Amino acid sequence: MDFRFTVEEEAFREEVREWLKKEIPPRWIELDAGLWEETEESWALSREFQRKLGQKGWLAPAYPREYGGSEMGHIKRLVLSEELNYNRAPISIEVEISVNWAGQALMLFGSEEQKREVLSKVGRGEAIFCLGYSEPNAGSDLASLQTRAVEDGDSWVINGQKIWCSYAHYADYCWLGARTDPDAPKHKGISMFLVDMKTPGITVRPLINVLNRHSFNEVFFDDVRIPRENLVGEENNGWYQLVMALDFERSLIGTAAAHQRFIDELVHYMIEAKGKGERFADDPLIKDELAEIAVQNEVLRMMCYRIAWMYSQNLHPSYESSMSLLFSSELLRRIANVGMRVVGPYGQLDTDSKWSVLKARVMRAYLASLSIGVGGGSNEIQRNIVAMRGLGLPRQ
Amino acid sequence: MDLGLSEEQEMLKRSARDVLQHECPKTLVKQLDESEEGYSPELWRKMAELGWLGLLFPEEYGGSGGSFVDLTVLLEEMGYNILPGPFFSTVILGGLPLLSAGSEEQKEDLLPKVAGGEKILTMALTEPSVSYEASAVKTTAIAANDGYVINGTKLFVPDANVADTILCVARTKEAADPEDGITIFLVDADSPGVEVTLLKTLARDKQCEVIFNNVSVPGENILGDLDRGWPVVQEMLQKATVAKCAEMVGGAQAALEMAVSYAKERVQFNRPIGSFQAIQHYCANMVSDVDGSRFVTYKAAWKVSEGLPAAMDVAVAKAWTSGAYGRVTLTAHQIFGAIGFTMDHDLHLYYRRAKASEMMFGDGAYHRAIVARELGL
Repeated sequence: MDFRFTVEEEAFREEVREWLKKEIPPRWIELDAGLWEETEESWALSREFQRKLGQKGWLAPAYPREYGGSEMGHIKRLVLSEELNYNRAPISIEVEISVNWAGQALMLFGSEEQKREVLSKVGRGEAIFCLGYSEPNAGSDLASLQTRAVEDGDSWVINGQKIWCSYAHYADYCWLGARTDPDAPKHKGISMFLVDMKTPGITVRPLINVLNRHSFNEVFFDDVRIPRENLVGEENNGWYQLVMALDFERSLIGTAAAHQRFIDELVHYMIEAKGKGERFADDPLIKDELAEIAVQNEVLRMMCYRIAWMYSQNLHPSYESSMSLLFSSELLRRIANVGMRVVGPYGQLDTDSKWSVLKARVMRAYLASLSIGVGGGSNEIQRNIVAMRGLGLPRQ
Repeated sequence: MDLGLSEEQEMLKRSARDVLQHECPKTLVKQLDESEEGYSPELWRKMAELGWLGLLFPEEYGGSGGSFVDLTVLLEEMGYNILPGPFFSTVILGGLPLLSAGSEEQKEDLLPKVAGGEKILTMALTEPSVSYEASAVKTTAIAANDGYVINGTKLFVPDANVADTILCVARTKEAADPEDGITIFLVDADSPGVEVTLLKTLARDKQCEVIFNNVSVPGENILGDLDRGWPVVQEMLQKATVAKCAEMVGGAQAALEMAVSYAKERVQFNRPIGSFQAIQHYCANMVSDVDGSRFVTYKAAWKVSEGLPAAMDVAVAKAWTSGAYGRVTLTAHQIFGAIGFTMDHDLHLYYRRAKASEMMFGDGAYHRAIVARELGL
C-alpha cells in the first residue's frame, strides 16, 4: 500500500502547474465561464487553449503519439487531470466527449482509416465531437432510440431526431447511435456511426439551459447520407460499443480536484470573514457543514484514485466509475448548498451586481449542478448499474 | 501509488477470514456477548499461536514485526466476522503505549506475555465526562512513600473486567496546560482498591466502570515519563481511531453482503426483492458507503504506518466511517424487514456495534470539528 505519488509524478505536477500559469489566458480567467456557461468568446479561447494542450500531447494523454497523445500512464493522467481541474483550465465536457467517449470507442472499434483521419484531429484539439445518443423518447431508456440508419448502395441514410446534444453547434463530428435493425430486440439492433456535422440534411437547433446559455441542442437528421464505411465497428453491435464508451465517460478522475478548488474558496471566504469579525464565521453549524463536504471530497478523491489505480493495474472499472460519478454529482449539489449557507443572501446575486461575492460561483454551481446528476446517465441509472453490475442483483 | 494489499496482507486476510469463520461462528459470538467475560480463552490461545497478538511487536518481544497496515487488515476481518474479546484493548490500548513508551524492563516483562496470550491489557482513560481531551483527566496520582496513590473514577473502560494490567491515565501535577502533568501507570488489576464493575451496554461489549480508591502503585510502574504521558496517549488514540475504522469497514462489508444475498433470494410479488429498484438503490448507497470508508481508512492507516502527519486523514476516516457504518447497518435492517428484528438473527450484532464504534474515540461531529480546525476554520 502506498498513497504517494512518485518523485517523477510530483515533478510532472509542477511542470503542469507552471505551464498552466503561462498558458491559461487572463481573459479566460476574467470571463470565468464555468460548466455549461460558454459564450462565443470563451469558446474561442478554450478551443485555442486545447490546441496548445494537444501540441503538448496532454489533451488526449492516453492516446498513441501518432494520434496526438503521449501514451501517458494512468497515474500521471490523474495528476494532469487534477491540475487541469483545480486550475480551472479552459477545458470542459467537450473534451471528455471527444477524447474519452467517442475517441476511445473509435480507438477500440474504429477502422485504421477512421483513427488516422479523425482520432489524430481529436488528439490534437483540431476537432470535437457531439453525441447523438438521447432522443425525445429515449432518455434513461436509451436503448429504445428510434433514429434510423438504412443502407442504400454505398451509403447509410439517416433519419430522426437527437436531443441534449452538447456543443453540436460547434462540433465537427457526431458520434451517433441509430437503429439498423428495427425487428431485433432493442439492444441488438443499434449501430454506431461517425457523422460529419457538415453533411447536408443536418439541422442544429439551440436549447437554452437554466444558466441562460446555449450549450446544448436538438439535432435533426433528414435523409442524411453518409459513406458506408462510417459505420463504426460491427453492425447491430452498437449498444455494446456505446456502453463501453459510457464507462469511459464515467471515469471523470479529476472531479475531486475541481470540487477541492470550490471548497478551498469557501473555506478562504470564511477565514476572511472571521478576520473581519463577522459573526457567521464562528457558527459551529456552518463549520460542521463545511467540514462534512471536505470529508466527503476526501472520500471522492479516494474513489477517483482507485479508478486511476485500477486502470494502471489493467483492471477495468465499471461500477466503480458509476459510483464515483454518483458521489461526485451529489457532492457538488451539496457543496453548492453549503456554499449558500456560507455566503448567505449574497449567494443570490449574479456577477453584474456590485454586491456579488465569489464571482457568483455559488449561485452558478447551484444551477449547473442540476445537470450533473442527470447527464451521462441519471443518478438512478448509475445506482442501477452499481446494483446490477457491481452486486449482481437481478434485473427481474 | 499502490492501493492494493501486499501478497502477505492478502494471505493474512484470507487466513483470518477462514479462522474466524470456523472458530468464531455467530453462535459463539452471541454466547460471548451474553457472558460475563466476553471472550473465549481457547480462541485467545489460538490467536496467540497464529501470531495475531504479537503481530505488531518486534521479534525480540515475541512478536512478528508487522506494520500498522498489517494490523488494520486483521482488524477489518475481526470486524467482518465479529470477534468479541479484548484483542483491541490488549494490542492497541495497552500494547501500543507499552511499545512506544515502555522501559526495556517493562517491555521485556509484558510484551512477550501479551504476544503469548498470557496477559490481557487495557487502558483506563475516559471518565464520567467522556471526553478524549487532556483536560478531562481528573483522576489523581499523588506521590507517597516510594510510589503513588491513585484516586478517581474511569468510565467506559473496555475489557477491564478481564484485564490483568490496566494502563491508568492520571494527573500527577496541576499545570496551566492540561496536557502537562499527566502520567500513565501500569496498574495490576488485582491491586487493592481497584474496583471493576461491568456495564451492560447496547453492543454487549465489555465496557466497565473502574474506580481507583487509594490504589498504591510503585514508582517503577510509571510508563514513560512522569508528567509527560499525554503525547503517548495521543499517539495511541490516533492509531486506535484508525484501527476502529478498519473494524467498522469490515463490519459494514459484512452487513452489505448479508443484505445483498438476502435481496437475491427473498421472493415477494413473485420476484426477488433485489430486482426492485428501491432495494437496488439502497444497495448501491451501501456500496458507496462501504467502499468510500475503506479507502479513506486505508489512506489514514498507511499514513500512520509510515509515520507521516495524519491528523486530517484520521479525522476524515473516523468522521465518514462512523456515519457510514450506521447507515449501512440501518439500510441492511430495512432490507431484511421483520426477520432482522429478532434476537436469533445476526444483523443486530452489527447494528449494535455500529453505534458503539461510532461513539468510541469521538463521533462524526467530534472529528468534523477536527477537520474544520485543520482547514483553519
